[in-house]
Amino acid sequence: MGVPRALYTDFPLGLSLGKPDDKEFQTQVMLSAFELLKETKGPVIRDFPVSISATDSEPLNCALPARLNPDLHPAVDEAQALKAAYQRALEKSKKTSVGMRISAVDIPDALAKFAQIAEGEHWETLGFSAESIYGTVHDIRSYYEELACELAEVPIEPWATEQWFYEQTEAGDVVLKARRAMRDKHVAQEVWFGLAPAGRE
Amino acid sequence: MSIFGKDDKAIAKFSETLPIPEFPQCDFNAAKPLNASKVAIVTTAALHQDGAGFALGDSDHHYETLSSSAKNLKLGHHSVNFDRGGFAADMNVVFPIDRLQEMASAGIIGAVAKNHYSFAGNQSATVSEIRLDSGPDCAKRMLDEQVDVVLLTGT
Repeated sequence: MGVPRALYTDFPLGLSLGKPDDKEFQTQVMLSAFELLKETKGPVIRDFPVSISATDSEPLNCALPARLNPDLHPAVDEAQALKAAYQRALEKSKKTSVGMRISAVDIPDALAKFAQIAEGEHWETLGFSAESIYGTVHDIRSYYEELACELAEVPIEPWATEQWFYEQTEAGDVVLKARRAMRDKHVAQEVWFGLAPAGRE
Repeated sequence: MSIFGKDDKAIAKFSETLPIPEFPQCDFNAAKPLNASKVAIVTTAALHQDGAGFALGDSDHHYETLSSSAKNLKLGHHSVNFDRGGFAADMNVVFPIDRLQEMASAGIIGAVAKNHYSFAGNQSATVSEIRLDSGPDCAKRMLDEQVDVVLLTGT
């Protein structure tokens, strides 16, 4: 890599300090890195003694709201009911990654469009471009993953929010259904493939 | 089929297809005592604030300046195969600014730098732009700001 001092941490991508909300663990990682400053010859690389697996996580359990409005698609109803949880998460963390394409208030309407795609509507007639549909799914997933951190009563483990979103929420379900519908209609792969991680069906 | 981002073997296989640039030299300097050093964070998580950001693809080699007090950061690593849950729960997992502040208060480090810097992790195959342009520019800024130690957090 060409850096003078490196601490090799066997952690999943995206978790440079290892464990979110674990002050003690993060501090240990940083102190181990700073220990390398005592080295007088280099470059030097040292292993951090603890590994974290991307596949050993316990499934995340977040209570999802009961149906409020049966006239709405379940994903739309769900996203509307979760607005308060998203707002609490935002107020607590002061940050959100929602906004690549749409804002949080647009999430229910966006999910309504994905429900239409799942039912056979053509994605372009709903106003999507290849770029905007990708960014919209990014924002939907970010909305859910951020509010999951507010609802969860346990630490967030690697990939736990992704798994929760696609496997337990109505929103994740409708995104996957829309993706399959686009694939089955022979929409260009570069449009539908990126709507979920590779390997998700 | 496994989920790509969670599959170490699949990632390793993919990584083997990526070019690895050779770096002919590595500058190495003796460090000042940590408790007398000003520390800055440089992250490749593409962190940015509202109104800024990074382009998709591997041609955006610019960097963003993040103040020590910035809390409203967005994660610019948009890949669907990337786990964003950790950052959503705790920014410190890629940008450990709270940990640095605690270490400064405890006298473990000398000071926290006023500014920190963020690049996109997806760069060109040769990384020549970041090596010859934005990287040195960012380094000069940190030298001007009397930064002694840089903590690089790769994503």
